[in-house]
Amino acid sequence: MRIAQRLGLAVGAGLVVAALWAGAASTATAQNSQPDLSKVTKGEALPVKDVSFSFQGMFGVYNKAALQRGFQVYKEVCSACHSMNLVAIGDLGERGGPDFTPAQVKAIAASYKVPAGPNSMGQTTDANGQPLMRTATPADHFPPPFANVEAARFANNGAVPPDMSLLAKALHGGPARIYSIVTGFNLKPPPGFKVAPGKFFNPYFPGWNISMPPPLTDGSVTYTDGTKATLDQEAHDVATFLMWCAEPKLDQRKRIGLEVMIFLVVLSGLLYASYRRVWRDIH
Amino acid sequence: MAGHSDYTPSNGFSRWLDTRLPILRFAHDTMISFPTPRNLNFWYAFGAILTFCLMMQIITGIVLAMHYVPSSTLAFDSVEKIMRDVNYGWLMRYLHANGASMFFLAVYVHIFRGLYYGSYKAPREVLWILGVIIYLLMMATAFLGYVLPWGQMSFWGATVITNLFSSIDQIVPHAGTAITTWLWGGYAVGGPTLNRFFSLHYLLPFVILGVVGLHIWALHVPGNNNPLGIDVKGPQDTVPFHPYYTVKDAFYISLFALLFAYLVFFKPNFVANPDNYFPANPLQTPPHIVPEWYLLPFYAMLRAVPQKLMGVIVLFGAIVTLALIPWLDTSRVRSLRFRPMLRPFFWVLVANCILLGYLGSKEPQAVWVIGGAHIELLWVARVATLYYYGFFWLILPIVGLIEHPLPLPESISKAVLGGDAGVAAAE
Repeated sequence: MRIAQRLGLAVGAGLVVAALWAGAASTATAQNSQPDLSKVTKGEALPVKDVSFSFQGMFGVYNKAALQRGFQVYKEVCSACHSMNLVAIGDLGERGGPDFTPAQVKAIAASYKVPAGPNSMGQTTDANGQPLMRTATPADHFPPPFANVEAARFANNGAVPPDMSLLAKALHGGPARIYSIVTGFNLKPPPGFKVAPGKFFNPYFPGWNISMPPPLTDGSVTYTDGTKATLDQEAHDVATFLMWCAEPKLDQRKRIGLEVMIFLVVLSGLLYASYRRVWRDIH
Repeated sequence: MAGHSDYTPSNGFSRWLDTRLPILRFAHDTMISFPTPRNLNFWYAFGAILTFCLMMQIITGIVLAMHYVPSSTLAFDSVEKIMRDVNYGWLMRYLHANGASMFFLAVYVHIFRGLYYGSYKAPREVLWILGVIIYLLMMATAFLGYVLPWGQMSFWGATVITNLFSSIDQIVPHAGTAITTWLWGGYAVGGPTLNRFFSLHYLLPFVILGVVGLHIWALHVPGNNNPLGIDVKGPQDTVPFHPYYTVKDAFYISLFALLFAYLVFFKPNFVANPDNYFPANPLQTPPHIVPEWYLLPFYAMLRAVPQKLMGVIVLFGAIVTLALIPWLDTSRVRSLRFRPMLRPFFWVLVANCILLGYLGSKEPQAVWVIGGAHIELLWVARVATLYYYGFFWLILPIVGLIEHPLPLPESISKAVLGGDAGVAAAE
């Protein structure tokens, strides 16, 4: 009986440790040196680059400055082709997010135009058939760059730029995949691999042919906070921002999670003591 | 539900109620005074853990259903609305999604525990079969639920699994296609499919709850099996369920919740397929369609068979086999503690099931290179499938006939306490 009890405890504890270990191990899978493309299966996406983010690990939270810079990259570069349908402009003011001040959020909202509701005549379009527009408010979502999928396809050589709201969770490898793709355009195709016409070579993208032209270079943006805008910095910032777009409640989740874990550890301790006391006379 | 009741109503109201609806007596007899073998170990806590999981899924599920919209154009966005705009919606959804994984983790431990200690043997065959039915209902519920977020894997998983029924065409021409069309509510997976899957996903958990009630009823007639696999001989072999097992189960539930909380709060997408964060797109098939981890062993079996109908038969046969175990095992000894010949085969079965799960997650044409030798995973899956069937249909009946079991202890109290059982058993 004693042995079975101990075994049970050991297995329970083992399960917890295994989960923690698996979690820690899963974040560290990569290599950073120039990959040897002749040694890997052609077309199979390379493992993501070894890049770390502030929001990793049990205590990791978003870096507010990186989120604000990442938003700038998104606004000035990405949003020209990619929509962000699930995120409201007002979300930028959230604590645990970019945390812009209410005045900044209002100013950002005012820089967007969105389709207006019907006017006093009940019209939603002007005399030329163009939709009536109004200035956006923080309650509006980011307006998409194209009217519909067909327009997006027409403007992008047949490819539809994916919506960015969930991209950091939808891509295998997460935000590190975004970072790897954005910084992965500078490699030469290995002998025998033909880049499809109108496509770009990127071994971090499945199939190695990507329709997106290299989106960022050194100095693509001029950061308002004075940070030097290297390609690496921009890619890292925008990957951080896109992770926040995909998982805006991460900070709150980890904070509550820590409280829950501490509570459960104490509860388990009390229950274990009660258990030993109740069973004391039985063995 | 079994034996005499030692319930004494403590006040006027409970005396009045007891002669009209003896519900308090029932609760007392099943949850407080129920005589339980005194030697149940850690592995027996999973019954209580599973009850915890079921309640967790039902409560979080009901809250999610208040915000979810079962429409092919709105489902994906409504789930994201839950994640972003509903207060603690992210918590409800991550609890529910990871809760399914924890539920299956617990049920697999529970099933293997039952196998190890021979809990399926007389007089507990009905109890075991009810368990297999619960497991089957759980798989159906999990599959239906996985479709609801209407992501890429939801859509294509639904397409693959519902298409299994079209294999019936090979027995009765057109019947399979007709069934599939009827399931879909159209000629492809679409809005009507999502709508009915939502309806069924809300229904089945309550069916599970009902069968769990029967499962517990069937447990309380013969009482618990125990790690020794021998019958309870008298009161010295048992302790009342409360407080002995309520406190023990509570402790293990708390440990289980710790692991659960770690997943939910720190690795909420650890077991999720990233592709499901892309909205369903009927025009774009994902390169690699895989079910959730808990269904992977069956997926491996399905793909191991080259012929579609036979694959489906092997898949469902694997579950039907489980229900027949009480009659496939020919040994009179329950616990594998006393069955040295079967024990290694059991552990190979456990490893084999984990291997099948791994194989189900790999591309069907994948190859292992071990020391220069190329081993096709397809063939590994075939061997593993054969072992799964072989264990239940050959090893279990044959070993039971030829094995010499170790001598069984005289009684639970003797085994637990050593010589002078009766004296030390005083509570």
